[in-house]
Amino acid sequence: MEAIDLQTQPRPPIKARLSALFSKIPMLGWLAGILCTVLVEYLLGDWLSYILYLPKIPVLFGCLIMLKQPILIPSVLAYVALVYAVPIIGVGRLTAGFTNRLAARLDQWPIWISALIHLSLLYLALHYWTDISDYRLLVLKLTMIAVMLTLSINVINGYMGEFSCSHPGFMALGAYAASTITLVFFANDRLFGDALLPPALGPFFFPLALIIGGLVAAVGALVVAIPSFRTRGDYLAIISLAFMFIVKSLVENIEWLGGPRGMGSQPNWSTLPVVFVWMVLCIWVINNFVRSILGKALNAVRDNETAADAMTVNTRKTKITAFMLGAFWAGVAGGLFAHVMRFINPGTFSIQRLAEILAMVYFGGLNSVVGSIVGAVSINLISEMLRPLEIYKWIVIPLILILVMIFRPPGLIAFREFDIKKILAPKKNR
Amino acid sequence: MDYFLQNVVNALQWGSFYALIALGYSMVYSIMMLFNFAHGDIFMTGSYIGFGVATLLLTLWAAVGLSMPGWVTLALTILISMLLTAMLGVLVERIGYRPLRDAPRASAAITGLMIGIILETGNLAILGARRLSFPSLIESVTYHFGGIYVTNKKILIVGVSLALMYALHLFIQRTRWGMAMRAMSFDFQVVPLMGVSLNVIAPLTFAVGSGLAAAAGILYGLAYPVLDPYMGVLLGWKAFVAAILGGRGSILGAALAGFLLGFIEIFVPMIFPSTLRDLIAYSIILLILTFKPHGFFGQAHSTQLRL
Repeated sequence: MEAIDLQTQPRPPIKARLSALFSKIPMLGWLAGILCTVLVEYLLGDWLSYILYLPKIPVLFGCLIMLKQPILIPSVLAYVALVYAVPIIGVGRLTAGFTNRLAARLDQWPIWISALIHLSLLYLALHYWTDISDYRLLVLKLTMIAVMLTLSINVINGYMGEFSCSHPGFMALGAYAASTITLVFFANDRLFGDALLPPALGPFFFPLALIIGGLVAAVGALVVAIPSFRTRGDYLAIISLAFMFIVKSLVENIEWLGGPRGMGSQPNWSTLPVVFVWMVLCIWVINNFVRSILGKALNAVRDNETAADAMTVNTRKTKITAFMLGAFWAGVAGGLFAHVMRFINPGTFSIQRLAEILAMVYFGGLNSVVGSIVGAVSINLISEMLRPLEIYKWIVIPLILILVMIFRPPGLIAFREFDIKKILAPKKNR
Repeated sequence: MDYFLQNVVNALQWGSFYALIALGYSMVYSIMMLFNFAHGDIFMTGSYIGFGVATLLLTLWAAVGLSMPGWVTLALTILISMLLTAMLGVLVERIGYRPLRDAPRASAAITGLMIGIILETGNLAILGARRLSFPSLIESVTYHFGGIYVTNKKILIVGVSLALMYALHLFIQRTRWGMAMRAMSFDFQVVPLMGVSLNVIAPLTFAVGSGLAAAAGILYGLAYPVLDPYMGVLLGWKAFVAAILGGRGSILGAALAGFLLGFIEIFVPMIFPSTLRDLIAYSIILLILTFKPHGFFGQAHSTQLRL
């Protein structure tokens, strides 16, 4: 028996072989592959799509073209394989030895240098990727803002375990506060008249406007945070929902904010680098927060408030911090959103927005930074890619979410820690 | 004074929609501690089903050559649509809630939200974006009481809703099914061990709630005869607020909170500009919940979240 087994030694299953192929590529290798892909598309994209009879470069991995003209599916698949799959995997695998040595070198330096290098490579790739079309740029910016929103609601809904419905309200507060500042001081518009300061100074003060927007949202969060001392769960959900409606109604009734007509002509300062830097900041701050003592206290409050209290966790301080931090980042995201869309009105921040944010956070996974990023990116990309389905899009996306909820109730990647050091580390040759 | 009384009548009508929808939320919530966020859209679907049934009945009468009085058609419409929508409610429970019974509660809330979106979009895809006008089944008659105008539809709406609420009360208090539901809302983990199956009681709860929502939908169609796929969203969320405001497991509380919400929404525009209606209504709710954190009739219970 044994001899036969030795002779026909079975090949390892395909999954194991694939994972053996990929497990040696460090993050740096993947980034090199992505950069290569982007360069290939940047230089050869037009020519390749001409050869493959594509009308133009497929914007979002060809999904739009495939759904509109099924006859082009083979050429789109060929394009995706040539431009995306082959360079990413090929370059990543071929340079694995070199990038592993490089990553090992970087690993000895302080983590922030290594992180900065990786981030700048990623930014470079995104910059050239979005250079192809403005639509890509817009989708990417909105996706990054969605990542910030999802992360910030995960602090409250995931790490603290409340069901907060107030996020569109926080977002509205931040968006209106930041827009008011930029419009009053740095832009000529119909609501506030001429700029008080030279508009050229604007981009330098834009971060300040965003921070003020975030702070306004954080102060607004006290309205929800203070009742949360006495009540939890469902009643708090109603309070937060009421807060959302109150903010919307309040903005609708303030005439100098534009009322129901909204506020427009914000300057176009939410460029790709600005949004990228804020998103990275947001991920960094929130990841550090949830891994800190205060973050662990959040989990303790979620799992058993009385026990946490007995273990000297200051529950009030914990709750207030979580709400204010979540609201701050939602406010910043709102400010960025206002300057991307360059028009906001109270209707932007209503029930639909709430459903979208909740879908993203519960799809990605509670209590997990990676999950939030994955949830926000995938829901945003899916909803953009399925655009040609028109109205049926809103049947397909809910169905996907229902399936995810049934088969993985806490979300795709829930309860996972996000450790930047592990992600950037070189892969050992096993 | 006449103006005031007139608004009382209007508020009674408006509040009875909220109360009927809130009852559905409240029942599901009290028995399984779950939010059924699809309920607003079940209300909308109930209204559309009512539209379909009424149109069908009217064509049937015309084809046979019968001249039925309007109230018979209306009663038949309400009964048939309540049955059909109850089946829809059972379906929603089967698809969206039963697989998630042991999951975090928020996940079930998300599936409910998504089923709601599917109902809205499915409706939009099947019937198109045009608005339908609900057939007026009964002749509108206006009565004068002093300076107050009351149409027979208003009397009918308030009367039917109160009758349905009373029927629900009797069902919950007097029947064995109702007793099982009350037991289940007391503890849904121990009671199944006593021989009451949650797989029977949960669909029953959804069915009863959805039936009430269908009745609300038809009455709404009588009062405001324009149907559109998104009519359930805002009404549903507001009724949800009313259900929680009433307190967990309290039928009376949910009905009262529904009427209270109706009264606030009608009376605020009497004194303040009407654009402030939502602001003031929700501020009042926020204040009530800040000082009475468990609603009107809810007992404080441990909200140990299953997460």
